[in-house]
Amino acid sequence: MLIKISSLDVKYGYKTVLKNMNLTLDSGEIVTIVGPNGSGKTTLFKAIIGAIPISKGKIYTKPNLRIGYVPQQLKIDQTLPITVERFLKLAHKNFNKSLDKIEALLGSKDLLNIQVNNLSGGQMQRVLLARALINNPEILLLDEATRGLDQPGVASFYRKIENIRNSTNCAILMISHDLHVVMSSSDRVICVNGHICCEGAPESVATSPEYKALFGSDVDGTFALYRHHHDHKHDSKIER
Amino acid sequence: MLDDFMTRATLAGIGVSLAAAPLGCFVVWRRMAYFGEATAHAAMLGVAISLTFEFSILAGAILVSLIMASSVTILEGRSLFLDTLLGVAGHSSIAAGLVIVSFISGVRIDLMAYLIGDILAVSNMDLLMIWIGVGIIFSLVIWRWSPLLLVTMSEDLASASGYNPKKENFVITLSLAIVVAVGIKVVGVLLIIALLIIPAASARSVASSPESMGIIAAIIGILSSILGLNSAYLFDTPTGPSIVCVASLFFFILVTVNVFFKNKI
Repeated sequence: MLIKISSLDVKYGYKTVLKNMNLTLDSGEIVTIVGPNGSGKTTLFKAIIGAIPISKGKIYTKPNLRIGYVPQQLKIDQTLPITVERFLKLAHKNFNKSLDKIEALLGSKDLLNIQVNNLSGGQMQRVLLARALINNPEILLLDEATRGLDQPGVASFYRKIENIRNSTNCAILMISHDLHVVMSSSDRVICVNGHICCEGAPESVATSPEYKALFGSDVDGTFALYRHHHDHKHDSKIER
Repeated sequence: MLDDFMTRATLAGIGVSLAAAPLGCFVVWRRMAYFGEATAHAAMLGVAISLTFEFSILAGAILVSLIMASSVTILEGRSLFLDTLLGVAGHSSIAAGLVIVSFISGVRIDLMAYLIGDILAVSNMDLLMIWIGVGIIFSLVIWRWSPLLLVTMSEDLASASGYNPKKENFVITLSLAIVVAVGIKVVGVLLIIALLIIPAASARSVASSPESMGIIAAIIGILSSILGLNSAYLFDTPTGPSIVCVASLFFFILVTVNVFFKNKI
């Protein structure tokens, strides 16, 4: 067991953002957290990495757990000149030894000498993922890591994630809005809205009334979008 | 050699510029200019208290700056926005400091010396204190360089990598308080923030890595204090403002050159 969260409450001031969260994560699992904006998904991640104080409950993590964290976005002040190579070095003490590995993770070494401020959305996502993978993490936390990627980009991103899991047995906990893809690649889905609404295998969550209430009662467009992509899910299954 | 007041002044200027350079970069990267200014203003209250109770001005300045910076950090986000809080804390500190100083009878205190510095009056003891301060800041910043950079870019990434952002932020706050305290003699509480920001901002237009930005800022700071000091001597102008004027000149030239080059390419 890598992480065990029991009856976790997180408050910002007087506002309870997360209530009575329970979650366990084992090696090799892909678990996805879905939920509307402001439902506390990112807060949960911040609690796991220890960036915010928790007001109740416990977060147990395996001693010396190696966490690879991909944040929702990274905005670096324009006044800070730093290349991708230097940025990646900050994560890693034996950087030169595994320069090849980093090139492999990045897909090329073209990015290494680019200033982080000049990266495009897709490049930034590659760099952040590479950074998260440098230390051979036992768990990967992905917070909407596919933001700014186009449809093929999203698909190949999730293939990459599955490959990582298969080759390293790394656990993956991700927050995602790509409901259609999530459903096909996760072992478990947790639906969060300040608390856990429902959880389980993707199929059972997708058909549960709580899930439908949360995403069905949302803006019409979202639901339509979900429906639309749901068709494609079957295509991608056939492909495999 | 140290008997000459110009030599002492030059060494003091070089020392403060050296300490201010890497720290100034962090102030710029983290958008802490206003925070730095409030910390410097708070130092005036420290000076006033030290003068009243007749203990070390350096200790008083560091202490009050630290108290101000820490309480603002704790209060941040509770009720008021950070810049409002800083404005209140910084300006009330400097006002209170000036009021308190006016009550001190007997000794005639030259307020301007604390507000804009009096580098020509630097004693051997002052010089020693300045260089001890430089040593402390340098050791802190070099020791924590990588985590500080990471925290500057993203506190969450730093947390996930096992660093404690609060601890790293305190390193910056502490170093700021020290640089303000040792800088009082050189450029005063009103201008020390200029010595932090202007060299770093000038260096930005030519630097391509965090380290080179720090080094270039240090060179610009040192050149500014030497040139500023000498022109102050030559034209009989106040030293602190002269040093800052030279630094601004560097900024203006480098930014112009940079814009010119970028337009060409």
